[in-house]
Amino acid sequence: MSFATSNEPTLEPSSEPVISARDVRVWYGTTRGAIRAVDGVSFDIAPGETLGLVGESGCGKSTLGRGLMGLLPPGAKRDGEVWYDGKDVLSMRAKDSYRLRGTDLGMIFQEPLTRLNPLLRISAHFEETIKQHEPGLSKQQVRQRALDALRQMGIPPTRYRSYPHEFSGGMRQRLMIALALVLQPAFIVADEPTTALDVLVEAQIVQILNDLRRNFRTSLLLITHNVGIVAEACDRVAVMYAGRIVEEGRVSDVFENPQHPYTRELLRSTISLRTTGLNFIPGSPPDLVDPPDGCRFHPRCPDAMAVCATRNPINIERPTGGRVECWQVGPRDQIPSGGTRPLKQEELAVADEA
Amino acid sequence: MTGSRSGSLPRYILQRVLLVIPMIWVILTLVFIVLRVAPGDPVSAALGGKLNDEALDQRREALGFNDPLIQQYWDYLTSVARLDFGTTFSDNQTVLHVVRDNGGATLSLTLAAFLIALLVGIPLGLVAGRYRDTFPDVAIRIFGILSYAAPIFFVGFLLQAYVAKPLGLPTSGSAGVETVYYMERDGLNRTHILLFDVFLSGNSYYIEDALKHLLLPAVTLGLLICGVFIRLVRVNILQTMQSDYVEAAEARGIAQGRVTRRHAFRNALVPVITVIGLQFALLLGGAVLTESTFNWPGLGQKLVEYINDRDYVAVQGIVTIFAIAVVLISLLVDIVNALIDPRVRY
Repeated sequence: MSFATSNEPTLEPSSEPVISARDVRVWYGTTRGAIRAVDGVSFDIAPGETLGLVGESGCGKSTLGRGLMGLLPPGAKRDGEVWYDGKDVLSMRAKDSYRLRGTDLGMIFQEPLTRLNPLLRISAHFEETIKQHEPGLSKQQVRQRALDALRQMGIPPTRYRSYPHEFSGGMRQRLMIALALVLQPAFIVADEPTTALDVLVEAQIVQILNDLRRNFRTSLLLITHNVGIVAEACDRVAVMYAGRIVEEGRVSDVFENPQHPYTRELLRSTISLRTTGLNFIPGSPPDLVDPPDGCRFHPRCPDAMAVCATRNPINIERPTGGRVECWQVGPRDQIPSGGTRPLKQEELAVADEA
Repeated sequence: MTGSRSGSLPRYILQRVLLVIPMIWVILTLVFIVLRVAPGDPVSAALGGKLNDEALDQRREALGFNDPLIQQYWDYLTSVARLDFGTTFSDNQTVLHVVRDNGGATLSLTLAAFLIALLVGIPLGLVAGRYRDTFPDVAIRIFGILSYAAPIFFVGFLLQAYVAKPLGLPTSGSAGVETVYYMERDGLNRTHILLFDVFLSGNSYYIEDALKHLLLPAVTLGLLICGVFIRLVRVNILQTMQSDYVEAAEARGIAQGRVTRRHAFRNALVPVITVIGLQFALLLGGAVLTESTFNWPGLGQKLVEYINDRDYVAVQGIVTIFAIAVVLISLLVDIVNALIDPRVRY
């Protein structure tokens, strides 16, 4: 199966994007065949912009984030282009991509508790990071840089020589952010930065991320499955399903007027104070070794049509800006005759089994 | 360790040292109980049939075996506290003397074996783990399994037959006759540990002689635990290489070699230190076979002799000292662990 089109990005016309992904693919080799975890994803992020990446567990969000950073495990392959500062990060030599990491591309992880080396003091983490990229700095300068970064995260300098286990979860996440920020990268991938934290700390971290783009014009790719955080912290949102970005646009726009049935169902299943009954999307994301033909969401889609089971949806512009991939939205003239009749339940069951 | 809120190291060490006292008390009590539970009394076991009943009873009285148990227990504890571990039946030596004369040989053999196991096992384990599933990894793993599985006497015989001769290495004893004679004549046996004494004497001929004697037994015993280290280090490396903090360090652009050395290797060695402590206890036992194979004048060989002679006092004394040695080694291991891993200090 191949995709003729790739998602075309929405761009703020005024600003050059900091990072542009074009048709990025990542697959893991297994004994059953290749798992296509990311399958032709494109997007742009402007300076100071935050793009939220939402979707269920196992739809390729984290793989995409790691793929951008070049942090894939052995056995993973990637393809496509990621342009940063006029260079394609994906085709770079390993040595150059190391140089870029930390200084230009930063990453914040999901589990702050295990991301710091338990045997090294916080000071050692900072010193090693700064010295790696700016070997010319004196000891005093390194220390000053580290303390500045910590202060911005509200961690007192007296804790500089402490060990990771002496901090709480929320503090450790702020430490991780400080570590990512100390070299002031232009682009940061934040992979579920608040998932492991309680709500109060979560609010604090979201606030910090918000401050980031305001103060440093840092661009963020914020990976999360929490729709609420996207609403609070992001400018644009990309909804990912089974390795594809199925809908993308301004947050307010996409959330108020979701075009793709998956986006709509995802928003409906969000729990809030006004929630009266629990909604969920039946089934689970497809097997990415052998994804369903046509639209990958069609076995679970309440609006599925006959065409959805046979043809890949075409990436088109949303009526109010952004992109979407769904036959319901169009283009109508590409649907073969009879393609618009609703997909019957037994056809769904068969497709699900496949 | 100042300025940090990490648990204070001196306090931890003090606590740990104080803990040794109850540990040793429990061990002494266990040894005491086990020896009283054994059928018959030590005197009739060792000398029964050799002396008449009256003489045996005299002995029992003299050694306090007719006293109430609680009295015997108290006598045992107080004598151990005075470092008096009793006098052997069979050759009428103080246990401390036996340990001094033979323990040194066992100690030098075990330490040398450990050194060899660490020097060979850890680097091989690191290489195997770092380059997983490559040819070196497979070769090292096979070597590790073989060295662990091969019986000590078999490896010992192989080395004696195929290595000793071509290299001109001795296969018996801990030093040549001349060395032993002259060391004693010139009063150079200051510590009664031959290996240390030859180094203290500064005489290169003695040193060479002692090291040559040490090599094959130490390699034989070292290979046994070397296999354990290889597997342990390899598994730990595989784990730490995939750990979250290693990935995080890579995400900060730390150079590959540095990440491997500082984050993966270092952290992989922490559990190894704990195992070193456990292996040491095992080695004290395992040394017995090596000592027999190479006719090494150690405590293991002596212990076997006393067990054959049913010399309960000697066995009780030697076992007590072995147990105390293990307690002290575990104290040392815990302190080293605390130095490396700050989380232990709490």
